Amino acid sequence: MTIPNVQIGPLDLVTVLPYLSLAIMFGIVLAVVPLLTWFERVVLGLFHDRPGPNRVGPRGILQPIADGIKLFFKEDILPTSVDRRIYYLAPVLALMPPLASCAVIPITELRIRMADGTIRTLPMVAADVNIGVLWVFGLAALQVYGIVLGGWSSNNKYSLLGGLRSSAQSISYELAMSLTIVTAVLMAGSLSLVEIVQAQSGGIFSWNILRWFPLGLIAAIVYGISMVAETNRAPFDLPEAESELVAGFQTEYSSMKFAVFFMSEYASMVVVSAMATVLWLGGWQAPAPGLTIIPGVVWFFGKIALIIFTYVWVRATLPRFRYDALMRFGWKRLFPVALAVLMLGAVVDAYYTSPTAKSAIPAKPERPKPNMMGAEGAG
Amino acid sequence: MTKPAMTTAAMAAQGITLDPVDDSTIVLNMGPQHPSTHGVLRLVLELDGETIVSVTPHIGYVHTGIEKEGEYQSYLKAVTITDRMDYVSAHINNLAFCLSVERLLGVEPPPRGQYLRVLLSEIQRMASHLVWLGTHALDLGAMTVFFYAMREREKLLDLTEMLSGVRLMPSWIVPGGLRGDVPEGWFERCKHVLDDLPGRFAEYETILDQNPIWCERTQGVGIISADECLGLGVSGPSLRGSGVAYDVRKASPYSRFEDFEFGIPVGAFGDVNDRYRVRMAELRQSREIARQAIERMPDGPVSIDDPQIFPPKRADLDRSMEAVIQHFKLWSQGFAPPAGHAYVPVESPKGELGFYVVSNGGFYPWRMHLRAPSFMNLQALSTLCRGRLIADVVAIIGSLDIVLGEIDR
Repeated sequence: MTIPNVQIGPLDLVTVLPYLSLAIMFGIVLAVVPLLTWFERVVLGLFHDRPGPNRVGPRGILQPIADGIKLFFKEDILPTSVDRRIYYLAPVLALMPPLASCAVIPITELRIRMADGTIRTLPMVAADVNIGVLWVFGLAALQVYGIVLGGWSSNNKYSLLGGLRSSAQSISYELAMSLTIVTAVLMAGSLSLVEIVQAQSGGIFSWNILRWFPLGLIAAIVYGISMVAETNRAPFDLPEAESELVAGFQTEYSSMKFAVFFMSEYASMVVVSAMATVLWLGGWQAPAPGLTIIPGVVWFFGKIALIIFTYVWVRATLPRFRYDALMRFGWKRLFPVALAVLMLGAVVDAYYTSPTAKSAIPAKPERPKPNMMGAEGAG
Repeated sequence: MTKPAMTTAAMAAQGITLDPVDDSTIVLNMGPQHPSTHGVLRLVLELDGETIVSVTPHIGYVHTGIEKEGEYQSYLKAVTITDRMDYVSAHINNLAFCLSVERLLGVEPPPRGQYLRVLLSEIQRMASHLVWLGTHALDLGAMTVFFYAMREREKLLDLTEMLSGVRLMPSWIVPGGLRGDVPEGWFERCKHVLDDLPGRFAEYETILDQNPIWCERTQGVGIISADECLGLGVSGPSLRGSGVAYDVRKASPYSRFEDFEFGIPVGAFGDVNDRYRVRMAELRQSREIARQAIERMPDGPVSIDDPQIFPPKRADLDRSMEAVIQHFKLWSQGFAPPAGHAYVPVESPKGELGFYVVSNGGFYPWRMHLRAPSFMNLQALSTLCRGRLIADVVAIIGSLDIVLGEIDR
């Protein structure tokens, strides 16, 4: 791979890079949502032994566009009894967190030839803040507000029940999720997502999923389950359980407001998958040193695609949880397991990780920090 | 401006009670437009959080007056409206009506007709159970099973289509026999489909039985004792799930069911899972009966040779004036069974199905009443749901296997 010069025309790559990464991540998340709906239908079709989308465009690839146009031109119904302000705000609140999370997720690493001829390695991320994990996690917690408020303001009992389910579910599964994230943080010794990925360099066996075997694996599985629950996807799709609550919290939403909820669901799928990639699957790192020829961005998005395929696979296979079973599973199974893994991980970290091993983590390169997201003050 | 959907008086009239002092419960109107009430069933649920305090089913949204309509059709034509009651098991509805009419007439079809009726009703039973399996699994979130079950059902319906030209409303069984013999190559195709089925059934069970979520959703949910079932008039697989070995095909065999070897699968606990297992066992059993029917299929005519009751062959209409007259008389006026009444129950996929047909010696039934198993089974819903969660309601409705066309008729 050729190493690009820092100066491309009038632009200084080091300065532009954060904005570029943000644009890419935003663009990918927003552009991938329609593609994802198509992908999900095709994969589900394969699982179900039926054709799946095949009417609009080759293999139905244009179906999402047709759907988008349809949703855009649908009548925007405002039920008379809704709490208007909150009703309009809720979809926005649901979509905002996954998009804002994109800011700290590193896509790949770029090697850039500086003006003086030295080569620097820069992470391709909008804001390499040292509290990246907390940022993502905090936003994920915020996302439930969109759903709860949407359910509440709709003034519909199905919506209300959906919203209630969602809040209970998010709180329960966030605990297990956060504990596993702490485990990953322990492994890397940093809260910065860039450093977490950098700490996993050197092939598949240094990825967090296989580190401290089997602790990393268990934690990754717990994260994976909580991730599905966090995004309200099958088999944890109780807030919008079609056969029980019609459409749950989005029953009263139509047209673009419904589409925004829909987008938020898929965008958060992409974001939590990206987080899983960063935390457990080594981010942009290739699984073997020889495979570094393939650019990191391909690995990064490839891993995300794999996780999303698993999402669809799980959806095709498992029936829906019942509310009480969901709670029992979250609190009595996942939470203790996550806690135990964290405890053991802490012991391993304290006794078996020598100081020399920690110093092996490549030091974060110095570079002017972009003044975004209040990153300067944080930390 | 919002108006309350229903006044308190109207609610009281419908049996919904709301305690005005303690409004810790909410009333949720589930249906008639709801994805998992299997048609247009409306349930008024009183909820405490997500726990069911009471369930009041409301029916009648697809009431089409079929029973009354039966009184204005000749016996031959009334067959076609029986298709529309339990629309996923039309052959069996036809059979139930024809058996009652044949008892009134005092006739019985020839052996080949009897065996073909058995074969068709077992194929229909499998098709109906596959609809149940698919929708039940879909209600519980197991989407894949739905598509698999529909795939196999389609093959079974293709057999009906090959025979009669329609998939759902064949009206192929008529008083006196069947409208015609099976076309060439039908048995071969039937055998081919039947051979394919056991592997498919095993496939469904692999997805469901070994799934802890499925087991958790079905085991111990919606338990009903044998006594309660009998008290409420529950029949069919729902009754057998509670451990009562009552099957009309064994208890009062009709259409030569006594010639076939089959057992009665029963459940032990009477929960949703038992009803599921009973139906899965019945799927295999129906396939076995169908296979036996093909193997032992006697030769000969499929319908009685009585021009007063059974229409003449199409070919005869070109040659015989007599046949044309008979044909005209039969389709315009019909036949008149002697005065009396008859009730011959059959085992439908939902339970004991029977037409009570009263004749006053005229050309139309004087009264046609349906003992609809879905209607009886639905009565158990309130008992089954009390104290459970909303998610269990859909599991329980699914496990009762109701068809609203039959309930409202």
